[in-house]
Amino acid sequence: MAQVTRSPKQYDVCIIGSGAGGGVAAKVLTEGGLNCAMLEAGPDVHPEKDFKMFMWPYDLSHRGAGVGGHASQDFSEFLAPNGAWHIQGEPYTSAPGNDFQWFRSRIVGGRTNHWGRIALRFAPIDFKSKTRDGLGDDWPISYDDLSPYYDKVESYIGVFGTKENVSSAPDGVFLPPPKPRCTELLVKKACDKLNIICIPSRLAILTKSINGRLPCHYCGQCGRGCVTGSNFSSSQVLIPPAMKTGKLTLITGAMAREILVDKDGKANAVSYIDKATRSEKRIIARAIVVAASACESARLLLNSKSTVFPAGLANSSGAVGKYLTDSVGSSGHGYIPQLEKMPPHNHDGTGGMHMYMPWWKFDRKNDFPRGYHIEFGGGRDMPGIGMFNGMNREQEGYGLTLKQRARKEYGCHIGFAGRGEMIPNPDTYCEIDPEVVDEWGIPVLRFHFKWSDYELLQAKDMQETFKAIVETMGGEYKTHTSIRGDLPFGIEPGGKIIHEVGTARMGADPKTSVLNGFCQAHDVKNLFVTDGAPLVTNPDKNPTLTIMALSWRASEYLLDEARKGNI
Amino acid sequence: MANQSISRRDILRTLAVGAAGSVLQVIPAKAAAYAHQMVHKEKAASPTGNYTPKYFSATQYATLVALCDLIIPKDEKSGGAVEAGAPEFIDLLTSENEKYQLRLGGGIFWLDGYSTDHYGKRFVDCTAEQKKEVLDLIAFRKNAKQDTALSQGVSFFSFLRNMTCDGYYTSKIGIADLGYIGNTSLREFPGCPPLPE
Repeated sequence: MAQVTRSPKQYDVCIIGSGAGGGVAAKVLTEGGLNCAMLEAGPDVHPEKDFKMFMWPYDLSHRGAGVGGHASQDFSEFLAPNGAWHIQGEPYTSAPGNDFQWFRSRIVGGRTNHWGRIALRFAPIDFKSKTRDGLGDDWPISYDDLSPYYDKVESYIGVFGTKENVSSAPDGVFLPPPKPRCTELLVKKACDKLNIICIPSRLAILTKSINGRLPCHYCGQCGRGCVTGSNFSSSQVLIPPAMKTGKLTLITGAMAREILVDKDGKANAVSYIDKATRSEKRIIARAIVVAASACESARLLLNSKSTVFPAGLANSSGAVGKYLTDSVGSSGHGYIPQLEKMPPHNHDGTGGMHMYMPWWKFDRKNDFPRGYHIEFGGGRDMPGIGMFNGMNREQEGYGLTLKQRARKEYGCHIGFAGRGEMIPNPDTYCEIDPEVVDEWGIPVLRFHFKWSDYELLQAKDMQETFKAIVETMGGEYKTHTSIRGDLPFGIEPGGKIIHEVGTARMGADPKTSVLNGFCQAHDVKNLFVTDGAPLVTNPDKNPTLTIMALSWRASEYLLDEARKGNI
Repeated sequence: MANQSISRRDILRTLAVGAAGSVLQVIPAKAAAYAHQMVHKEKAASPTGNYTPKYFSATQYATLVALCDLIIPKDEKSGGAVEAGAPEFIDLLTSENEKYQLRLGGGIFWLDGYSTDHYGKRFVDCTAEQKKEVLDLIAFRKNAKQDTALSQGVSFFSFLRNMTCDGYYTSKIGIADLGYIGNTSLREFPGCPPLPE
């Protein structure tokens, strides 16, 4: 770089990333009195302009399919500006014979702008699962260490749910749940017959006004982004209070390239690319909080090589990039004739499921370790692109028969998705690709990913369970998966569930872990990682709530250390 | 179009500002309904009769319209795919996607070739009975298994059927036909009406 602009100002903390982990850090640290700079690789978000709340498909000329129909393949063009599997100019690679899909967001708020708002606590056993079954590793902290921070996060962001005393799914601080939809009542009835636990879901959506935010208006469109901020996103719920302190400097279009260290190995600055001017700049800070998303954070650490840290920053253990996991995902759907008789009615509800099935077979011996939960949806949703592809494939034909069939079948499908725990394995990790750089000259990640029989057997169990539920409802299970092939039992490719975690895991032993129980690097005392990277296990609970609880705990610890003069 | 989106944004902005002012206030459904009316007014004001296709030739477009009308016709309850704007939607997406151009543009050529071979005229010029004969063949995969000469036609029709459904069931007419109720602001979610046994 010919010229590096150096900001003369020294911040207390530089936070890299504005999603769940970075947002919590920004709120807690600025409210604690620290001056923070936050680097976000994407632009700012403008809800009233960017979000398509209350739009009908016919309000858009492409009806949700996107230009050339390209959005119909994946997420629809209605969704909040959130990210993509592929970003122009910023590639990643998979090692030969491996397939890993990496979803990245480049926007203030990161992936919290569009996530499913499923806010589940990890259970006490999830922190000590090696002790139980000998696989993976235990966490250096326990549920009791994190529980007060789950309380704080839930109380602040707002999560609905019910107290159920299910040991695999601890209760939290809950707002009242919304009433169940018809589809949910029917599934619940079937689950009762099958002895599968089916309870109100836990979503970060307000059913009551809290902290000055409006309650949900039940349009069912959380994924599009909520103009009233009635669901949780970092951009609307965490960044604003941090900005209000006057102590947060938010720098957008800033792609972190390297964390710099002094001769004693203390982190002292972040070098970043200012995308607008295509120039390199620096932020000087007394402490660094990395929350760029698990793999992006690993990439940044691995790319931050120095004489003190030749293998990458905070990587004396060699664990950075290792222990990568995603959730086990497999899905299916059924046709439920009983729903044909439902009169037209408003079925929208919140932007997610009102009920779900937590892991229920924790009290018996199974064919696989750990467990999964089941999410489901369907019914009389707003019609959209691709809604009748399945019917057309199956029934074919044309004309009035087709039209009448669509009327009859509309609202009668229920889809199920299992989300299970993957055990870390030595064939699954990310590393720096030795040849490829992105358009900013930053070496990119190369992924290795393999499912083991543990995960495949879990996917098999999911398929059998979905089928049993549908058939108990008197319906027909429509999904057929094969035992062999690339994706047995419908298991999704690695990364596809967007729960990738573990790439800078915490641990009691600095030889096998990157961080201590406060998300603080063993090797670099003023460096913290507070996204999905610190997670030691990836239980069936979606990781976002735990990321926020860990970040809150780490931020309070950092505040305390700063007050003591240790940072 | 500019007016329409500004109006909607203005309303949403007003709602968002109102949100900060009074925590107990919910979005007035009336304001949302007003935004939609604005959109429809603008739509109604635009000329629809003399649509100029973006991709298809005039004759190909006439064939597309005929096919859409056969796939989802109007009946006593609601209008059909043509009235719902499915041909315009398909033409727009096709103009932007080379794969669609091959499948649909090429498919219509295939259909005209088939019609000419069997009836001595293009598909649009065929009688209603002749059109039905052709569609009764290419609307079902099993016919391609019996007569492989039909397989390209079956593949084309299957693709077009999906796109026609996409166009129809994302239109105001199609959404109403299904009886979808929602996309509005509610103070409480009412839950499920009594389940029929």
